[in-house]
Amino acid sequence: MGSVGAKDVPVLLSPEGLRIDGRRVNELRPIKITAGALKHADGSAFVEWGANKVMAAVYGPREVHPRHLQQNTKAVIQCKYNMAAFSVDERKRPGLDRRSQEISKVIAEAFDSVVFAEEFPRTSIDIYIEVLQANAGTRCAGLVAASVALADAGIPMADLLPAVAVGKAGGAIILDLKKEEDNFGEADLPMALVPQSGRLVLLQMEGHMTREELATALDLGVQGCRGIYEVMKQALRDRYAVAPAEASA
Amino acid sequence: MSDEVTAEILTTHILDLAGQGKRLDGRGTDDYRKVSIEPGFVVTADGSALVRIGDTAVLAGIKLEPGKPFADTPNAGVLTTNAELIPLSSPTFEPGPPQPGAIEVSRVVDRAIRAAETIDLTRLCVTPGEKSWVCYVDIHVLDHGGNLIDAALLAGVAALTHATVPAKRFEVGDADYPLEVLHTPVECTFVRLGEAIVVDPTFDEERACQGRLTVATDETGRIVAMQKGLVGAFSPDDVKSTVERAFQHGDRMRAMIRGGAG
Repeated sequence: MGSVGAKDVPVLLSPEGLRIDGRRVNELRPIKITAGALKHADGSAFVEWGANKVMAAVYGPREVHPRHLQQNTKAVIQCKYNMAAFSVDERKRPGLDRRSQEISKVIAEAFDSVVFAEEFPRTSIDIYIEVLQANAGTRCAGLVAASVALADAGIPMADLLPAVAVGKAGGAIILDLKKEEDNFGEADLPMALVPQSGRLVLLQMEGHMTREELATALDLGVQGCRGIYEVMKQALRDRYAVAPAEASA
Repeated sequence: MSDEVTAEILTTHILDLAGQGKRLDGRGTDDYRKVSIEPGFVVTADGSALVRIGDTAVLAGIKLEPGKPFADTPNAGVLTTNAELIPLSSPTFEPGPPQPGAIEVSRVVDRAIRAAETIDLTRLCVTPGEKSWVCYVDIHVLDHGGNLIDAALLAGVAALTHATVPAKRFEVGDADYPLEVLHTPVECTFVRLGEAIVVDPTFDEERACQGRLTVATDETGRIVAMQKGLVGAFSPDDVKSTVERAFQHGDRMRAMIRGGAG
C-alpha cells in the first residue's frame, strides 16, 4: 500500500480502539452535502467529507460528443473524474492520468447500473467530478456528489448511490479511511451500494485481507453506505422540500 | 443483419442458456476454458510467458534496467505494469492512445502484483536513493476472446516467476541471477448472466453480462485485489461466494505457474 521502505508509520489504532482522529472503527468522518451548488450546471452537488472537498456537475441528457459514442437504444453515461493540481500535498500534474481514467470508468459504470438510460436514446448524460481538496476516499466522495447532482438534474434512476471506503489499518477493519490510514494501512476497499436492492455497483480492493476480514468489511461498508444515504436524501430535501406554510399558500 | 442486431440476439440466447445453468460453449458455470502457460516464449525478454485461456492469447515480457528509486521509497526498486490492447487482437480495438478498457486491465493487474508483494522490491535496490532496478512488466493482448484480466495477470506472474536479473549485462554484478518471487497472485473473473454468476467469461459473455467481478488471491489465503467492472451489480453474498471460487481456481493455476507448463 505504497509503504515500501517508508518510515515513521503512525499508530493507526490506539489500545483503546481509537483511530488517529479519535474515531471508532465504525465511525464516518463528518459529511456535509449541498445539492445544487452550481448555477450553470443542469445538476450539481458539493461534498465536504472529512478533509475532502469535491464538486460534481451533471449536464444532460444532451447531444453526444464525440458523436460515434451515440447509442440508439439508450443514453451514454460519461464521467470525468479529475483531481485539481493543488488538491494534494505535492502538486499533481494536471490532466487525465491512468488512475483518473480508471476511476472515471468504474464510476460511469456504477451510474449506468441505476440510471434509466433507455428513456433517453441517442443522448449523453455527462458527469464531471472535480476533487478540490483530497484526503482519501475521493472516488467515493465524488460518487456521492455525482449521485446527488444527478438527482438535482432530475435524471430518473433506480436509487441514489451512497459510497464509502472500508479498509484495514492497525490490524482492524475500519470504516471511511482518512489519508494516513490509506497510506499506511493494509487494505482499501471502496464500494457503492444500491440501498433498495442491497447490491454493490462499485467495488474495488487493494491490499491484504482474509475471507473473514472481507466479510466484516463488506458488512461495515454496507452499514456506512446506509448512513451516507440518509445524508444524501436530507441534502435533496433541504434543497427541494417546500415548507408547510408555503405549500398551503 | 447488422452487428448490433446479431449481438442482441446472441445476448438473449446467452442469458436464456444461463437461466438453465448452461453456456454457449458447453461449459458449466464454474468451468474455466483450457488454460496453458508457455514460459520463455520471447528470448530477448528477461522473462516472458504466453498464456492461453481458450481462444484468448496474452503475451507478457519482463525487462529489467538499472534506474533510480523514487524519492519517497529510496530503498526499493521500481515496478511498472503496462497492458496494451493492440488492434491486431480484436476488431473492437483501434489504434491510438490507450482506451479506458486497456487502462483498467493494466491497473487491475498492477494492483494484484503490487498488493501481493509478488516480488520483494527492496531486493531490487542496488544503492539506496541512487540506483535500483526498474522492472517493466509489459503485457500484449494478442487474441481477445474474453477474460483479459485473468490471462494478463497469469502471463505477468508467470513471466516474473521465470525471469532473470541481467546483472552481468548491465555490469551491476558478476553474474545474472533469477528474480526472486515471493508470492503468486492469481485473478479470477466472474460475470453475472441473469442470476447466474459464471467464471472465465468469453468475449460474447462479457458483452451480454450484467456486471463483472474480479478477485485476486494469493497462496497464503489472502485476497489482495478486487475490481467490479461493467454495468451491473453484486450483493455482498455474491462477493463472498465468488471469493471462495476464486481461491479454488487460483490454487489450481498457481500450481501451473510454478510447474511452468500447461
